[in-house]
Amino acid sequence: MKISLLWLREFVELSESTEELRAVLDDLGLVVEGIEHVGEGLGDVIVARIDEIRAIEGADRVRLVVVDAGDGPLEIVCGATNFAVGNHVPLAPVGAILPGGFVIAERKMRGVTSNGMLCSSRELGLSDDHEGLMILDDLISPKVGEGLLEALSLTPDVVFDLSVEGNRPDAWSVAGVARDLATRLGRRLKSPAFAEPNAPESSATFASAGIDAPDLCGRLTVSVLRGVKVGPSPAWIAQRLQTAGMRPISNVVDASNLVMLELGQPTHPYDAAFVAGRTLRARRARSGEILTTLDGVQRQLAKAGRGLGDTGEDCVIVDGDDQVLGLAGIMGGASSEISRSTTDVLLEAAFFDPMTVARSSKRHSLRSEASIRFERGVDPELALRAAARFVEVLRESVPDLQWLSSPLDVWGVTPQRPSVQLREGDIERALGVALADAEVSRILEGLGFEVRLDVEGIFVVPPTSRLDIRSGAAGRADVIEEIARLYSYYRLPRRTPSWPEPGGLSDRQGLRRHVRDVIVDLGALEAWTPTLGSDADFELVHPGVERVRVTNPLASEESVLRATMTTGLARAWAKNVERGVGDVILGEIGMVFSHPLATKTPRATKGGVGGLLALNLPLENERLTVVLGRSEDSATTAVAFWSVLADRLGLADVVVRNDEVAPPGFHPTRSASLVDRETGATLGHVGEVDGDLLGKLAPTLQTQRLGIVDIDFDVLADAALVTRKSHLAQVPSRFPSAIIDLAFITPTNVHAQDLAHALRTASELVEDVELFDVYSDGNLPEGTRSLAFNIRFSSSERTLSEGEVAGAREVLIATGKRLGVVLR
Amino acid sequence: MTTSPLANLAIQTAELLEAVKALSSLEALREAEPLIIGKRSILSTLQKSLGGLEPDDRREAGAQLQQARRTVEAALELRRDQLALGARAERLASDRLDLGDVVVGAIRWPASSGHPGLVASTQRELEDVFVAMGFTVSDGPEVESDWYNFEALNIPPAHPARGMWDTFYVEMGEPETVVLRTHTSPTQIHLMESAVASNSLPIHSVMPGRCYRRDTPDARHLATFHQIEGLVVDRGITFADLAGVIETFTRKYFGPDISARLRPAYFPFTEPSAEFEITCTICRGEGCRTCSHTGWIELGGCGMLDPAVFEAVGVDGDEWSGFAFGFGIDRCAQMRYQVADMRALIENDVRFLRQFS
Ligand SMILES: [Zn+2]
Repeated sequence: MKISLLWLREFVELSESTEELRAVLDDLGLVVEGIEHVGEGLGDVIVARIDEIRAIEGADRVRLVVVDAGDGPLEIVCGATNFAVGNHVPLAPVGAILPGGFVIAERKMRGVTSNGMLCSSRELGLSDDHEGLMILDDLISPKVGEGLLEALSLTPDVVFDLSVEGNRPDAWSVAGVARDLATRLGRRLKSPAFAEPNAPESSATFASAGIDAPDLCGRLTVSVLRGVKVGPSPAWIAQRLQTAGMRPISNVVDASNLVMLELGQPTHPYDAAFVAGRTLRARRARSGEILTTLDGVQRQLAKAGRGLGDTGEDCVIVDGDDQVLGLAGIMGGASSEISRSTTDVLLEAAFFDPMTVARSSKRHSLRSEASIRFERGVDPELALRAAARFVEVLRESVPDLQWLSSPLDVWGVTPQRPSVQLREGDIERALGVALADAEVSRILEGLGFEVRLDVEGIFVVPPTSRLDIRSGAAGRADVIEEIARLYSYYRLPRRTPSWPEPGGLSDRQGLRRHVRDVIVDLGALEAWTPTLGSDADFELVHPGVERVRVTNPLASEESVLRATMTTGLARAWAKNVERGVGDVILGEIGMVFSHPLATKTPRATKGGVGGLLALNLPLENERLTVVLGRSEDSATTAVAFWSVLADRLGLADVVVRNDEVAPPGFHPTRSASLVDRETGATLGHVGEVDGDLLGKLAPTLQTQRLGIVDIDFDVLADAALVTRKSHLAQVPSRFPSAIIDLAFITPTNVHAQDLAHALRTASELVEDVELFDVYSDGNLPEGTRSLAFNIRFSSSERTLSEGEVAGAREVLIATGKRLGVVLR
Repeated sequence: MTTSPLANLAIQTAELLEAVKALSSLEALREAEPLIIGKRSILSTLQKSLGGLEPDDRREAGAQLQQARRTVEAALELRRDQLALGARAERLASDRLDLGDVVVGAIRWPASSGHPGLVASTQRELEDVFVAMGFTVSDGPEVESDWYNFEALNIPPAHPARGMWDTFYVEMGEPETVVLRTHTSPTQIHLMESAVASNSLPIHSVMPGRCYRRDTPDARHLATFHQIEGLVVDRGITFADLAGVIETFTRKYFGPDISARLRPAYFPFTEPSAEFEITCTICRGEGCRTCSHTGWIELGGCGMLDPAVFEAVGVDGDEWSGFAFGFGIDRCAQMRYQVADMRALIENDVRFLRQFS
């Protein structure tokens, strides 16, 4: 919201510098997002008359303009074309410094000398209009040579662009901001002038008003204004509106806007001649009704919205024929708009239910200066004061204006004013500091609260402008925030709390960090691939599977929640190959999602209005996925990567079992499950990314081998599913170990790790068993391969004798035999 | 009357179909394709011969020929799929590898270091600061019901405040009942609900996690981002404790010459609420372009827990009080490492990822 310093000064004395005011406003929570200096640097700009326009030879973008600024003809090169001989325009003569520090100098162009610059409104910092020169004849009766500021009755001003928070309905006006400043700075808040009805005739003899939906419209006032002459506004009003970013239209509309900016009450003037029955009523829109709003859009009323809890309720203003004139508090229709010929005006000033306005405004995608204020909550007591101010303002251009007595004033339901009790110690319990009752009263009374001190505490009733203040405990918090805000957060104490409960990470969080460290140790770069992907990508890996879709994605490529990180990582790798830096391992720990219909274990939770609905939400499965894309990588190195990871995580015995059916996205004949020997739980998979999938992501990479390790972190973090090695330290035997090699001709269906496990547990003397060679060729029987193990025997009590070693060797060979393997 | 050029079409078509069936490899198919349906095919030759016919006859013959062509094309595509499937099966069979037989000890791992992700390591640093201050760390789901993301946080259905978050809605249940969480605040609600259920208050926890907002990505924003949220619910907690925690965190994480300030703000779930700003880390408070010459940079929001939130989760506000705060992890990373464009974080360019240790 843009707010002028000159305007603020009409309400409160402010001698502070712009920067000092910025700091005060920021500290009040009225954050200054920008400061504009209007009219600054225009002291040198004067009014010039266009006397002649000539083409310049060889130039088609610029022309030579001869002007008179009081000192005879002056030649100026100008690129604009929106003017004619006789027009008056602003001239910045040589030596002038424009807003932003732009210095005007004599310039030579195409052999012509330009002695200054003719300016657009934007170049002067007066508006955003840069569609050509500022034509002064449209605004004033200009005099050649007059200073522009005097000509426009412009006073240099500072405009603060404030961001007003959602709980400050009262701050959407100059008066509201001034009230904060006055209270903070301990100054008096001044009031503007208000008119009184001046025609004896009663409003009811001319017009009528009514409310059919008292819950949607809490108050409807209609003032009857006669003898209106529509014309331009006085210059000061136009300037006020422009500083606020609004365009002056006509004295009637401008007065309405000025009052809204000044007091926060939107009003709506109707041409009484076009309001059937000179009647305004507020009612619910009926299904099927259509309104063409001032912006020319046809709107279907009373149509239920998509949003949760939006029943489609619209409040409308209708005339005596029950025809819809406008969407209450948001925008009017074209039929009864003020025009040059308007003489009688019905001025509506009302209170509408904030939620109704908010929902209608959202549903119709229609926001106006009025709806912004109504949806936050306009003071229900303000309506007739705003009308009085409107009349006062309009009277400047229409001195004979008649305001009929007893304006129509119909009430519906307005919000209750809560009474909030601040008990002894409440402020200190909330803010950590006790404030004197006198200080509390000063602040609250300054803000317009009614304050009563009592033995039971401070009883506070908020002003009608503070619809944000609730009742009960919530109201207490609201009032305390106001006290703290005006007292200044900056002055509140700080204390670093401590408590006996220790902080720390959970086991799962510790494990996550550990895994991250290990994969980085193994050379992985940690990636962050998108959670939202395309339908097509999803289909590549999970064809036909129910998926979780976003209703309103930014792009269709980001509309489905991923069910795997394989695609994202493979894509990221392919992109890096393209960049020439694809010789890497990429890893990610993140969530993948399964639709509740695609999983046996959806996440049960609650939702809906009041949280009363039982809901099944997608299963969120945390995974670690690593793709190995170095030139030497394949399923083999993926297995190695996994086995180092398993070792570092202290997993006791996880078997790499080839898959009958590979998981989605994996190479169908190069994938294995990682199975905990004790619990049988599958921790994940290892293998290669399916070449066909790669080929679809990047055709040139179809034949590349991309290793993959994909771990279900939910399983890995579950102590009941994962067997860990004893954490107790094992001191190696001080006696020498005996090391032998055994090679077995092993049927294909006997797993190397199963055999190793059997050997390891066959004799107490076995210290370790390690596979060191796998060999197969035509000399071996069909359906077998040779597995060679390195076996270490030892005893903690003695050096093993040759006989003991030989005996143990026999035991191992016998064990092998039972599994169907034969010593080679 | 001359013989129609298509007199033998049925036989010719049958021959072509036979030829298709006989193709034995994808390579053979590629070679034969022009002869079967291409420019050099009998079908194309016949097409050319239709030129001499009367318009009506030509139309009819053209349709016949088109029909034949479609039949042959369909057969060819079918064959192509069969052969591709066969080729893939063959390839996969010859590719078969028993991963149980991998001799891990024989693989020598080349020396090349990995690198942790910038966001993940920033998150860890932030967690560590809070853990040292006595906080635990809590995780929460990314897909939430409107109850957790909004209503329990005092943002009722269709409330204008919901507009403060550009929400991605999930196609599930009633419209707008399921969302991608727009902030980590729903985790607060989960924590308080379960603490009430298990009678295990107080809570001192931070909640890092991934959030989503429907906001077109630019140099300073991503639609997917990370937040860390803090929650303290205990006896005797005041705004002074909140301000103290923010200040202590700021100094520990950003350094002793960086401090924090609070200014009034509005969040539906806290009251009083504040934005917190920290000394601009670029100019150390002197004023520069990054901080719009104010010397301060906005980092996050905070406040005392609103009584309406306590009511929603069943915490007795007369016994307990508390505060919450939240800010962007990626923003912290961006500030600390001066990442000029946030989008670099999701591009996964190896040249970017390799910089961080
Ligand atoms: Zn700075």
